[in-house]
Amino acid sequence: MSLAVAGGRHLQALLGSVGRLARSPLATLLTLLVIALAFALPTALRLFVTNAQAATGNFANAVDLSVFLKTDVTLAKAQQLAQTAERRRDVAAVTLIPADQGLEDFRTYSGFGDALIALKENPLPHVLHVRPRSEDSSATALEALRAYFNAWPEVDLVQVDSEWVMRFNAILEVLRRLLLIAAMLLGIGVLAVVGNTIRLEIAARRPEIEVTKLVGGSNAFVRRPFLYTGVLYGLGGALLAWAIIAITVAVLGDPVATLARLYGSRYVLRGPSSADIGILLGAGVVLGWLGAWISAARHLRSIEPRM
Amino acid sequence: MIVFERVSKRYPNGREALNNVSFDIHTGEMVFLTGRSGAGKSTVLKLIALLERPTRGAVVVAGRNTQTLKARHIAAYRRHIGVVFQDHKLLADRPVYDNVALPLAVAATPLKEIDRRVRAALDQVGLLGKERVLPLELSVGEQQRVGIARAVVSKPPLLIADEPTGNLDPDLSLEVMRLFRRFQDVGVTVVVASHDHNLVREFGQRVIVLENGQLQGDTADPLPSMLAYR
Repeated sequence: MSLAVAGGRHLQALLGSVGRLARSPLATLLTLLVIALAFALPTALRLFVTNAQAATGNFANAVDLSVFLKTDVTLAKAQQLAQTAERRRDVAAVTLIPADQGLEDFRTYSGFGDALIALKENPLPHVLHVRPRSEDSSATALEALRAYFNAWPEVDLVQVDSEWVMRFNAILEVLRRLLLIAAMLLGIGVLAVVGNTIRLEIAARRPEIEVTKLVGGSNAFVRRPFLYTGVLYGLGGALLAWAIIAITVAVLGDPVATLARLYGSRYVLRGPSSADIGILLGAGVVLGWLGAWISAARHLRSIEPRM
Repeated sequence: MIVFERVSKRYPNGREALNNVSFDIHTGEMVFLTGRSGAGKSTVLKLIALLERPTRGAVVVAGRNTQTLKARHIAAYRRHIGVVFQDHKLLADRPVYDNVALPLAVAATPLKEIDRRVRAALDQVGLLGKERVLPLELSVGEQQRVGIARAVVSKPPLLIADEPTGNLDPDLSLEVMRLFRRFQDVGVTVVVASHDHNLVREFGQRVIVLENGQLQGDTADPLPSMLAYR
């Protein structure tokens, strides 16, 4: 068989499959919708995870410690302590935030400016901002640093600023696992939906399959249109899922930007990357094909011509 | 062309359809297979078309032993055999053209060639011009002729027919049988299963008679009981 003839055969099978799907638009649409939802769910979850990660990404690596000194520690003593801290090998930088500057910052950013003027004296302590060396930012290294500062008699409280980021990352990790499980389960769901749809179509076209086998149609020939139908279902469902996601991102875009602005961020909701879309469409093609293949292999074998 | 050697066929339900049947059919012969319904005629055709394999014995068609043919070669094997059915088995939702083109399509014939051959086959059965008609819009006789066109469109060296005139009146039956003989004239081996004795006798071709799964007679190997078929 020449390549052109083989290509023609495939084109014919493909067009035949498109034609059959178009002949029952409602049933086709419903099947596509089910497949699309199965694809849209994990895609949405993945978008949520990547966006959450991107939105918090700026802080994720900043594992600073805030060392609050007792309020009776003088500024000179605080400066001395800062120098001592800076000499440690696992410390990259120490910034001293004097109590006065702390109050000034708080007045500027908190929105309580006027109320704070009423205070007779500064209630804030001096604070050391300690940035560990990046290679020493593991949980145990941080814990060691925290213990070191806690042991100083001048220290009131040591706070690891990155704690919430770590917690958040842990939540994201859970979500990522969930995403994996959801994607697998829904992938199996797509296989089942495509497989069942193909099974019904095989049953409906049984006489045609019998005659085709009788006049010498190979299994590959008989199977081909069903495989194309499966691929069309998978790809169509994935495209529809893409549309659903695109609409969702468009609808959520403004509220998310507003939310981000309220937190002082210019974060803009990100849609799926081209890699995400590639994976989505690829999964559509592969799962559609596989579902059809499994179903066709199971059900076509049982159809043998009769006389 | 076809060799049956001590062939027995027992179906899974225990029915013994053929019992120790032997005969040879030569290339270019036209043979009638007769006998009451249930005598084993259809089983002989099924064994030839490889819809069934013999329980014992050997069926050799065009030099190929059907017993040892691998499953993946069955499709190619069947492309050398044209089959005509009593109920013609046309696809009701496809026009005449598509029905006739099916054996060529499965053999990956180029579209131009398909077009030429489908027209030639329809011309042979007198249905040129009916390409776009659906089978149910045709008369029973015309439907049977579409079935015959489908069986011969790929020019198979062997044509088998199972009660091809079962649903036709005598005039139409005669017409269909004449059609078969025209294919024999151009070298096609034709095997027709039919219980229509009058029709069979009228054609004066070789007759193989089956009864209860056994070979009862063969006009090529005449016994006194076969005189009735002369």
